[in-house]
Amino acid sequence: MTEQGPLILVVDDYEDAREMYAEYLRFCGFRVAEARNGNEALEQAFSLMPNLILMDLSLPGMDGWEATRQLKADPRTARIPVVALTGHALAGASEGAKRAGCDSFVTKPCLPDDLVVEVRRMLGLPQTTPTDR
Amino acid sequence: MARPQPARSLARQTLSSGTEAARLELLEYFLIHHDDLQRCAQASLEWLHRYAGVKRSVCLLADRDSGTLVGVAGFGVGADDVEMSESSLSDEGNPLVGALASAEPIIINSGRANGGSTRAALGPGAYAAVPLRGVRDREEGAVGLLLMRPGSDTTADLSWLSTVLGQKLDQIRGRGSLAEEVRKLRRERSLLFTIINSVTDPIMLTDTEGRLIVANARAEKLFAAGEEESEGRRRAVELNNMLFSAALSRSAVEGPSEARELLLVDPSEGSDLLFEVLSSTVEDSREGTGIVSVLRNITDLRRATEQIEENYQRLRVLEAEARTERDRLNLIIDSVADPIIVTDPTGETVLMNAPAEELFTVPVTAADIAERNVQANDAHFSSFISGLLLGEGGPREIRRGEIGLVNPSSSELIPVEAIAGKVQSESGELTAVVTILHDRREALERVRLYEQLKLASDELQARVQAATAELATQNELLRRQAIELEQASRLKSQFLANMSHEFRTPLNAILGYTHMLLHGVAGDLTVAARRQLTRIDSNGRHLLTIINEILDITRIEAGKMPIQISEFNPSEIVPEVMAELDPVIARSKLIVTPKLDPEAPPVHSDRQKVKQIVVNLLSNALKFTHQGGIEIAVMHDADTGSVSIAVSDTGIGIAPEHHERIFEDFRQVDSSPSRQYGGTGLGLAICRRLAGALGGRIALRSNLGQGSTFTLTIPVDATP
Repeated sequence: MTEQGPLILVVDDYEDAREMYAEYLRFCGFRVAEARNGNEALEQAFSLMPNLILMDLSLPGMDGWEATRQLKADPRTARIPVVALTGHALAGASEGAKRAGCDSFVTKPCLPDDLVVEVRRMLGLPQTTPTDR
Repeated sequence: MARPQPARSLARQTLSSGTEAARLELLEYFLIHHDDLQRCAQASLEWLHRYAGVKRSVCLLADRDSGTLVGVAGFGVGADDVEMSESSLSDEGNPLVGALASAEPIIINSGRANGGSTRAALGPGAYAAVPLRGVRDREEGAVGLLLMRPGSDTTADLSWLSTVLGQKLDQIRGRGSLAEEVRKLRRERSLLFTIINSVTDPIMLTDTEGRLIVANARAEKLFAAGEEESEGRRRAVELNNMLFSAALSRSAVEGPSEARELLLVDPSEGSDLLFEVLSSTVEDSREGTGIVSVLRNITDLRRATEQIEENYQRLRVLEAEARTERDRLNLIIDSVADPIIVTDPTGETVLMNAPAEELFTVPVTAADIAERNVQANDAHFSSFISGLLLGEGGPREIRRGEIGLVNPSSSELIPVEAIAGKVQSESGELTAVVTILHDRREALERVRLYEQLKLASDELQARVQAATAELATQNELLRRQAIELEQASRLKSQFLANMSHEFRTPLNAILGYTHMLLHGVAGDLTVAARRQLTRIDSNGRHLLTIINEILDITRIEAGKMPIQISEFNPSEIVPEVMAELDPVIARSKLIVTPKLDPEAPPVHSDRQKVKQIVVNLLSNALKFTHQGGIEIAVMHDADTGSVSIAVSDTGIGIAPEHHERIFEDFRQVDSSPSRQYGGTGLGLAICRRLAGALGGRIALRSNLGQGSTFTLTIPVDATP
């Protein structure tokens, strides 16, 4: 089942958060790939062609906005939904993400459960809780 | 009439004693009027009438030079009849011509032809023609003829008369042509008329009744009007006649000597004419008593008199005015505080006002020093005006100068400014010099005071400038401090924003892993572990709330809180809020009652912010209420166009003195570390700021132990 689940690329420079989301997504039945910055995110995206990308916007080197712009500009990856993740709750953060091409926007702190709900929504999957399984 | 000398040559005639005196009377007359042929003839005919009873008679004179028989006098017949009874001496058939040659009177029968106009003059019937014999018994016959009705008892007188008159006429005629004499008379008469007509004053002869007998042309204009004249003119003339008659009768009563005035009307122009009437009575033997009046036009004279009178009165008024003016001028000059002196060209003072007198006259009770002072003043003044008196400078030159005078009594120095000007007659001759002295002591004192004042003012100004500079320095300092404070505030906001972000990242992991553990990602949990994880979760969430609230305040202060207006019904907010807080409500065991206004209209506002406020108010109410209930009411005020959401509780209440304080940042009523109630103390501060951002407000009605009601009021349309 794990081999058949949708592939989610989790991009976050903060390891605890990245692994937490990755672990929970796996727990919830998704396949997960990880990237620590924008460049890795692009590499992984082009090589793995994930079903969805969870993109933290504040990244060292190439940031999430730029990575998203390049993904959306490339015909190979343009159709992959990008869910932006940010701890910046200040005004304008969500607009900047939308402009960069993000399809959805989630503010940290975001409970793993809430994130999975958003991922399922974006992929058009039925909402089931882990306990339901 | 004065009695003349007795007649000489004619007195030798023998006369009857009864008529001796009568004959002498005639002869006397002849002597007086010895050269007037006509008068002598006329007097003879009158004599005949008086003494011989001849009622009508005519005297004819034979003028051999012109060959005519001319009528020269008539009695009892018209004057025209006399003048017209002229006939030719060469007419042999004329009985009168024949009578001239006769020695005795002849009777001419009126039935016979050639009676001429003489017969008509005497009337029909026979008449006697008495030849008048001259001194020289000439061939040509009698000098003239007397024509009359024949009578028996007149012969002696008639014979005497014919002789006397004949000789007299002969005498007079010897001096010239008879006809010439007559014509001369007529010319004289005409000249006389011309003369009196040429007199511009009206001259009139009237009878005693005022009836006009003779009038000159001017008088006729006033007193005579023919039928052909205009109505107005005739009336004027009539009026003039009445006025004149009245004047005459007055003069008759009061005596003629006085000249009197008479106001008449000019018939031509209708204007008034004033005349002075001089009347004198004349006696005329033929015409009887008459009155000669000379009217002198004094209209212009009167007008001139009145004019003179008027001018005189005006002059009197002007003189009075001039006197008043002069008095006033004197008063003014005296009332001028500055000394004024008027000097004539010789340097004599002709006028000075009271202040000048104080300087230039010695007081009665003065000491010697006063006299010397006055002399000194005089000398100074004289030298000042001497140039002007000597004719220096132009006619309009004003001389200014300073003179050092002294007060005669006190010897106090009086510096004066003297201003002198010339007064000149129209011909440019200098008539006076007027000098005004102005005491400069006051001005000098003023200058001194001004200097002092200026000094003080300068000092003050310097102080003000120093103070201003100090103030500017302070202001600059304050400005810099303000900038620094602003920067510090901005840094604080930025720091808080960064910190909240930094807080979130670890908190995200804490909450996330706790969540995962609770969801059994790491396998089943013991009851104790689950309870402990639940504590971590709840405290983490509380920490998150605090961080979010700090972030909200920071955003609002930085003006970075976006307002998103949408249309929604405020009533639908209430169940949503209640749903959100359902776990808390359930735990509190309180009853929360919504009271919704179905009439409340939809509002245009920020739905999320309104909801946030109500959540905050309700959670506060739940936190501070231990028993009783909570009510959430939605109300609409159409008058003010606002909607209110009121959250009322039966909680501990707030003392009035704390009503304001609880809306301040990080405040609770109890701020002590050992306080009973948790929370950041930012909730109400945020609510109030959010309400303000929506154009609304939050009001509190509460008392200690009596519950609280927080009311959010927002406008129906918050669109800026």
